[in-house]
Amino acid sequence: MKSWIAYWNILLKDMRTYYLKPPNVSWGLIFPLAWTSMFFIRSGTGLEDIMILLPGVVAISILFGTTSMLAVTVTFEKKNRSFERLLLAPISFELLMLAKTSGAILFGVGNAFVPVIIAVFLADLTQIAWHVFVPAVFMIAMVSTFLGLFIAVAVSEVFEAQTFSNFFRFPMIFLCGLFFPIEKLPVFLKPLSYALPLTYGADVLHGAVHGNHMMPFALDLALLAAFCVLLFAASLWNIKRRWIL
Amino acid sequence: MTESICVENLTKNFEKVAAVDGISFRVRQGELFGFLGPNGAGKTTTINILTGLARSDSGTIRIGGIDCTGNPRAAQHLVGVVPDESNLYPELTGFDNLCFCAALYGMGRTKRKARAHELLDTFDLTPAADRKFAGYSKGMKRKLTIAAGIIHRPPILFLDEPTTGIDVASARQLRHLVSDLNRSGTTIFLTTHYIEEAERLCNRIAFIVSGRIVRNDTVEHLIQPIKAKHIMRIACATMPNDIHAKLTHAFSELIFTITNEGFIRVESEKPVHVGPLVRFLEDNGAEVTEARRMRPSLEDVFVNITGIAADAMRKEKEKRGGGQ
Repeated sequence: MKSWIAYWNILLKDMRTYYLKPPNVSWGLIFPLAWTSMFFIRSGTGLEDIMILLPGVVAISILFGTTSMLAVTVTFEKKNRSFERLLLAPISFELLMLAKTSGAILFGVGNAFVPVIIAVFLADLTQIAWHVFVPAVFMIAMVSTFLGLFIAVAVSEVFEAQTFSNFFRFPMIFLCGLFFPIEKLPVFLKPLSYALPLTYGADVLHGAVHGNHMMPFALDLALLAAFCVLLFAASLWNIKRRWIL
Repeated sequence: MTESICVENLTKNFEKVAAVDGISFRVRQGELFGFLGPNGAGKTTTINILTGLARSDSGTIRIGGIDCTGNPRAAQHLVGVVPDESNLYPELTGFDNLCFCAALYGMGRTKRKARAHELLDTFDLTPAADRKFAGYSKGMKRKLTIAAGIIHRPPILFLDEPTTGIDVASARQLRHLVSDLNRSGTTIFLTTHYIEEAERLCNRIAFIVSGRIVRNDTVEHLIQPIKAKHIMRIACATMPNDIHAKLTHAFSELIFTITNEGFIRVESEKPVHVGPLVRFLEDNGAEVTEARRMRPSLEDVFVNITGIAADAMRKEKEKRGGGQ
């Protein structure tokens, strides 16, 4: 019970001090809006393409939203030493890091629904398999957050975290099947696609929105869960190795 | 008496530098234990290891009877930590910072609010309770950081340089608060470079130099060997450069030291006669403004043991952290 009081208050503090601040709310709204508009306008094929583009826009909104925030909530707090206060708290290290990442996961889920809300006014969303779409959004938010955490704890400065994130984020736009089918990628790039977690998230979203997917949903979600565990464990190991000298 | 902290052969190396070099000490329950040393001596590294913020290379640690050697976080519910730099959240108010810290220890909403109000009152911070921490003065920040460290009423408190960089009035108030905390039963592990502060507050003191404890004893025992000595401090508005040599030649039974602050410190096994000394100084071009007999202090012990001038140590620290 005591640990959960700590967990809840860390999450609440992060929500108040970071995620619900006007600049971040506007980033959370404007960024998916910009992506959505850019792809819809550039596709030039009219509103019928919305359902094809929606999974990619949702995934990209989650990815950029979550990974950007971890650099602030973790790297910045480490730099100004307030993270030490959390490390001194008598709660398990795993729960502490879950508390620090829960806000980003919720922020990512929130970001995901900005393009969905826009799409409500432009297309018929009744065909979406929501029972698959919602868990997929949640899993993508988790895996992106843990990827952001992995990056944030590997560097010392906020700007390094942002720069380092881009090495992962931008290739993922092209390699994970968000807008370009993986089958159309050059053969030598395909193994790389399957090594990236977003590939499986995008596959579920495509399946849930318009029915085209490569793998069974259960396998996609299981692989996303495996990536979550792997990235979270690697991040914890890195924090212990680098920050608790 | 039960031991609150028991450390045996603790070592910590950063690459090839031994930050902590096989130190052993025990802090009894209810004791105010001073850990004194110059910058880079290993004080903060020791605190970090004891509180789980750093790992030791070897040695054993027991805190509050719990073996923390393999699991440095095992006793975290028993300890409060006040780091050398305030590490609260600048964007939160003083009250919210305290409530948040209380929540980290699992305190319920009603209890943490009551405790936060109580501590704000104790530390005279109630008028600033709703101001953001970023806008606090240095003294206020230190006070709130100490309040955050004791929010969960820990039986053991680690205080790392609590009065560095704050004004005299705030430092005095903080010393009173530390004394009161100790009187109420809290075991305190205090690191400081202000020797007079350690002498005034601590029951027992360990001197650490280059990662090694060079002396560990009660304040009374530390001062005992020099208690019989006679010490005088002479202040001069001006003094010739060669005055030290002249004094040593003329008064061979006395030991003279010119301090960085421009005082002449006179030490002797026998009582020092002021008149002849002052006359000699004035005859040799010095302008004496004050001559005062001094009580032998812990500073003299520190200088004797470590060979480090206390003034130099204090100035170096203040250059980094601001003056007291």
